[in-house]
Amino acid sequence: MTEKKWPETWQEVNPGCMVFRPGSASEYHTGSWRAKRPIWENEKCIKCGVCNIYCPEGCVTEVADGFFEANLDYCKGCGICAHECWPAAIKMVNEEG
Amino acid sequence: MGKRVGMEVAIASAEAAALCKFDVAAVYPITPQSHVAEHLSDIVADGRVDASFITVESEHSALSAAIGASATGARVVTATSSQGLLYMSEVMPIASAMRLPIVMLIANRAISGPINIWNDHSDIMPMRDTGWISFFAENGQEVVDMTIQAFKVGEDRRVMLPVNVNMDGFQLTHMVEPIIMPDQEEVDRFLPEYLPYATLHPDRVVSMGTLGMPEIYAEAQKSKDAAIVNSKKIILAVWKEWEKQFGRKYEPIQSYRTEDADVALVTMGSIGETAEIAIDELRKQGVKAGLLKIKLWRPFPFDELRAAVKGIRVLAVTDRAVSFGGPGGPVFSEIRSALYDVPKRPKIVNYIIGLGGRDVHVEDFIDMVRRAAKGKLPEPYEFYGVRG
Repeated sequence: MTEKKWPETWQEVNPGCMVFRPGSASEYHTGSWRAKRPIWENEKCIKCGVCNIYCPEGCVTEVADGFFEANLDYCKGCGICAHECWPAAIKMVNEEG
Repeated sequence: MGKRVGMEVAIASAEAAALCKFDVAAVYPITPQSHVAEHLSDIVADGRVDASFITVESEHSALSAAIGASATGARVVTATSSQGLLYMSEVMPIASAMRLPIVMLIANRAISGPINIWNDHSDIMPMRDTGWISFFAENGQEVVDMTIQAFKVGEDRRVMLPVNVNMDGFQLTHMVEPIIMPDQEEVDRFLPEYLPYATLHPDRVVSMGTLGMPEIYAEAQKSKDAAIVNSKKIILAVWKEWEKQFGRKYEPIQSYRTEDADVALVTMGSIGETAEIAIDELRKQGVKAGLLKIKLWRPFPFDELRAAVKGIRVLAVTDRAVSFGGPGGPVFSEIRSALYDVPKRPKIVNYIIGLGGRDVHVEDFIDMVRRAAKGKLPEPYEFYGVRG
């Protein structure tokens, strides 16, 4: 049986809304809140990692060659990485639709 | 066997918590609760209970620490009053939403302003809708008994809710009263070891205090409401058990001389004892007067109220708090609403009395009953005895 995303009825709510399955919050994709997405221009990037440090969601990670990327499942598009990036290598671009 | 002692009620409430072998006390002192805080601290410092006393920096922290401790499976007691309770208010609904059976001893005191340290019920009334079970004690014996009952009710797996025990500041907390203090063996027999539903533990992962999105928030609130509504059955069962073991009877609404009563007063808290004397006096004068004393404020005992008012022509509800710009005092509006659908309901009038420690005498209650008997007051609710 696949677990339901939400309890369907109030009777199914665990006392105190306790959740007994670890890590279940990761199934909620906050990326759906995003209005703008960060785009890295790697030719300007100096690989300092400030974007990774400042990301409040912890969704900016180092990838191959030492550059950085946001996990768009969780990136809310807050723009803090772009604001903090002092070589201005990150641009915030409107999401389509 | 329990022992009859002469003891200050604040001290006795802490002694009752000690008999329940609390694991954690997180308390910030405030008049008139301070003796509760000090005595709980003494009990822990003297090693009489194997417990931690958390010296917090505020009431907000006191209840937050209590919640944290309770989530680890500890039996937790806290205590406060007045502004302290209001300072806790942000955390109050979280304790109940997390279904943590914390017991809170409240020394009821007026809220500011003007600043006033004396007794009324204006501190607990704003907490009415936070999802806590609320007991109102009439005397020192009830404070002790209800404190012990509170742990049993709250910790019951069918309840799992925090409970507050209301005792009037000064009128109860600072009185030395004769109290039958149960002994340890009796309390151990009555109150089983606390077996929490779930605890924060590194080996058994559980998330408590979770986020509730619009898709789940209403269901969460409904489940909390169902928990407190259903708790009444358990409260009644625990009170029956208490009566069987200790011989003292507890009811959500205690009736006094109402069998053939034409007019009845409604009180909550210590003032009920003064009102009893007034009823006796009125009976001597040939007035068919009675008294209803509310002991269980949340969950509100609707059925018991409807049964208790049968045959009564006029109900004079006393309130010890004001709902500014509202329909009357909180107890009055509750009772009037509860009886709205009853075809043969009494006339109901409202006296707001005993604010900020103002004494209410036997003669005052006699006057209230005599005027209420006419079935109507000049105003929808009356500030009894107010000058001007």
